[in-house]
Amino acid sequence: MILQRPKSTKEPIRWGMVVLEVMTFLLLISFAFPFYLVLINSAKSATEIFADPLGLPDTFGQILVNINLILGNPSIRYLNSFVNSIIITTTSLLAIGLFSGMAAWVLVRTKTKYSFLIFMLFVSGMVLPFQVVMLPLVRLLELMRVYTGIQFLDTYHGIVLAYIGFGAPLSVFMFHGFIKSIPYEIEEAATIDGCTKPQIFFLIILPILKPIFVTLLVLNGMWIWNDYLLPVLVIGLGGDVQTLPVAVANLAGTYVKQWDLILTSVLMAATPVVVLFLFAQKHIIQGMTSGAIK
Amino acid sequence: MQNSKLHLNEAPKILWYTLVSISVVLFVIPFNALKKLVTRSTLKRDFEAEEIVSNESSLKRFVFQQWTGDTTAAQEHRIFVYFLIPALGGFLLMVVLPFMMGVYYSFTNWSGLNTGRQIFIGFENYIELFTDFRFFYSFFRTAVYSLSNILAINAVAFGLALIVTQKLKLKNVYRAGFFMPNLIGGLVLGYIWQFIYNQAIVSLGGVFATSMLISGDTAMIGLIIVVTWQYAGYIMMIYIAALQNVPMDLIEASKIEGANALQRLRHILLPLVAQAFTISLFLTLVTSFKQFDTVQSLTQGNPVMLLPQWMMNLYGVESLQTVFSLDFIASDIYKEAFTRFNMGFGQAKAIIFFIVLALISLVQVYFNKRREVEL
Repeated sequence: MILQRPKSTKEPIRWGMVVLEVMTFLLLISFAFPFYLVLINSAKSATEIFADPLGLPDTFGQILVNINLILGNPSIRYLNSFVNSIIITTTSLLAIGLFSGMAAWVLVRTKTKYSFLIFMLFVSGMVLPFQVVMLPLVRLLELMRVYTGIQFLDTYHGIVLAYIGFGAPLSVFMFHGFIKSIPYEIEEAATIDGCTKPQIFFLIILPILKPIFVTLLVLNGMWIWNDYLLPVLVIGLGGDVQTLPVAVANLAGTYVKQWDLILTSVLMAATPVVVLFLFAQKHIIQGMTSGAIK
Repeated sequence: MQNSKLHLNEAPKILWYTLVSISVVLFVIPFNALKKLVTRSTLKRDFEAEEIVSNESSLKRFVFQQWTGDTTAAQEHRIFVYFLIPALGGFLLMVVLPFMMGVYYSFTNWSGLNTGRQIFIGFENYIELFTDFRFFYSFFRTAVYSLSNILAINAVAFGLALIVTQKLKLKNVYRAGFFMPNLIGGLVLGYIWQFIYNQAIVSLGGVFATSMLISGDTAMIGLIIVVTWQYAGYIMMIYIAALQNVPMDLIEASKIEGANALQRLRHILLPLVAQAFTISLFLTLVTSFKQFDTVQSLTQGNPVMLLPQWMMNLYGVESLQTVFSLDFIASDIYKEAFTRFNMGFGQAKAIIFFIVLALISLVQVYFNKRREVEL
């Protein structure tokens, strides 16, 4: 009788891989270390941070005290700023997505020299750095108030309008590329079935655009949520509708080197995005990467 | 003399009217352009309407027809305009118009946001700019920073990408973890690292007792560490996407042929992910050039340093001068405008900044096109 060698179910342990795994894990810990520092120091009082910034806090209960300090602080107005950030980001995102999609669709489906020129105008807008328009932009918003009597600086509609203008080029460009790949026959069939043009866009094209819409939500969302230079110019430090980054900068400018306050505000400003990332990790990574490759 | 100044002071108004009329024309063109630019198919469908219009041969009637008519062509052009206006209008108003105003302001001595008194001074700002050692210094520092930064980020990112594409147990955790710093804005990260450099590391004592942010060159290294930490995970994702597109059979074949890991990297992986390298290099170059938020919250452009000797010789500066060692171009423009209130001068700097970035983008397009041809 021939003894069969039992098939090994396990692969032999490759020590190289184990070493690599351990090293990568250590690397990950060193990457996460700054976050750890923020977390432990948010749970310390100012004197405690000064005495020992690296050690564990005496009581983690202090973090609640610090959070309460931030919530009641007049220069960050955390809840207010948080709501502002959410309002500004969501309105801008929806407006940019919808308007750019509409524009890109008519630009693709109207094959004239004119639509090509407009498209090129949008594309060239992608190269423009914000610094080159920031000073005249503030002047223009002020002039618009003088001429129309409507306040634009330090208002929701002012900053959303600015974000539509600056978000449009990239979004139109990406929608344009995507819509070109949608067969025109779908629209012809819809026309024969009695769809009007707006119906074709809102009922047929828009659902097809969903993947690229999500990509743009992520890409523009990360930009708008974290943006500092545009809101600080259009809203100003300590303005009525200040966003979270502006609010944190305002706090850090008022309480210089009071690390208990600054680090707690940093923690509270960063947490919402991190929580969102834990839920929508796949979409966020995919969106940001495919946006870069475009 | 006074007369000419007065005349030139009218320039912004003239510019304003020109720009308004340009935008009006742009909105009206849809009607004017209709006749020539409508596609043949719509012309056929709209044959009757077209005839009526040409009989009337009045623009007013024609426009009226296009906006109220029920013909397909009329509807299509209404849709074209309505669908385009929100995005294009926002873009023209918030980007194109300020850009044109900016070009004009760079030729004036504009000094405050809303004073409204600026005099056209021709190329004076630009001439001053090229004789200004501060601008040259900040440009030079930006270039040094950008070069070291793109090397650091891409080396780290590619290394990380190579690691996390191996068969590791916690592969996805690593990817997410390395990506994490990128979620949080540069401004907020700057505060975290200011704390780390000025408090946490300093508390270790010994060699670490003096903060890295005290001296210009170590401060730049400190900034590069921050930005690399922030960006490497993002760029890593681009490299991962490229590495995953490398066909497995090529790697298997090379293993059978007896190539070692380094040879595989050099002769198979690197050429196949070359496209990703171009993308990442330009992406990091542009973001490094625009660096503003992080440096603002990390050191606000400090520490102050002496102007280096060779630059003093170059510009013929006699006395010792102090400069902000981390004032990169973007910060320099901001400071010129909001702390020194030389807005016209700052705007001229911004125009130069834009030209440099546009050149970079052109080079990038050229590289991408060439690679497309090769493939």
